[in-house]
Amino acid sequence: MTMTLAQRLVTIALCAAATVLTRFLPFLVFSSKKPTPRFVQYLGRALPGAVFGMLVVYCLRGVDVLAGSHGLPELIAIAVTAGLHLWKRQMLLSIAGGTVCYMLLVQLVF
Amino acid sequence: MKRKALRAAFPHTIPILTGFGFLGFAYGVYMRVSGFSFWYPMLMSMTVFGGSLEFVAVSMLLAPFAPVQTFVMALLIQARHIFYGIAMLDKYRDVGPKRLYMIFGLCDETFSINCTARIPEGVDRGWFMFFVTLLDHAYWVASATLGGLAGALFTFDTAGLDFVMTSMFVVIFLEQWLKERRHASALIGLGASAACLALFGPDRFLVPAMLVILALLTAFRGPVGKAGDAA
Repeated sequence: MTMTLAQRLVTIALCAAATVLTRFLPFLVFSSKKPTPRFVQYLGRALPGAVFGMLVVYCLRGVDVLAGSHGLPELIAIAVTAGLHLWKRQMLLSIAGGTVCYMLLVQLVF
Repeated sequence: MKRKALRAAFPHTIPILTGFGFLGFAYGVYMRVSGFSFWYPMLMSMTVFGGSLEFVAVSMLLAPFAPVQTFVMALLIQARHIFYGIAMLDKYRDVGPKRLYMIFGLCDETFSINCTARIPEGVDRGWFMFFVTLLDHAYWVASATLGGLAGALFTFDTAGLDFVMTSMFVVIFLEQWLKERRHASALIGLGASAACLALFGPDRFLVPAMLVILALLTAFRGPVGKAGDAA
């Protein structure tokens, strides 16, 4: 591990602080009498899609398409995850299926 | 009064018990096999209590110390909670001091129950919502801690288990996609991040990606704005 214990604790504390901030902010700033600013409402609708897209890319940041297994196990496992999800729409099944598929691929095939 | 509220609240949380049981356990195991003792998932599930961020935090804890990036990333991942708060302004208003804990624990799942549950006549609304929050939090902490402990006992090859995070975000992304009428925002998130990854490399792409996403969402406010769901 590259961080010291203190740095790890600070990192965890920052994650907790950011979470608390986003949860308490509306109760400190907005009132249920006045309408919420339109730009804030807009960000509320638009951000989740973009953020989860970013997080998918973040998860795949270490994949090298030019070397090694060329990202094939990731591609296949994502297709399995998405396929399972479109088929059954059972979140836990899709996650478990995709993960097991990936583990089998990296351990036995690639 | 409290007993009655707890008894009314519990059935509403059973689906969360299953979901958190699985995801929290997977999270604990993932932390353990990434080299962290069980008290890390325990501490983080208690204090952060937000699944997506806790998974991402594992990668951040393994990388070099980057407090600013960590905080901004955490804010962006958690930004959606602002809208849960706005939706609960009225409901959480008159419940007394316990609202502090209820706001602290307002995760996605607790929000969806407290926002939509029809609370039976004669059950105290405040305590009902308090117990939903407490039960969900307890499920998450318990399963993350158990996962952290059990991870040490896993004797089979756990290589590739970290893909659980990728799978989870693919599923959440897909759910979000299916719910939207237009996909500009989702495509901006994917496209801007992929472009920044190619330009800046895996260790430095996050901050530029976040800035580009915010800039593009602001610039294309008109067209993207109509794309959202009714939330």
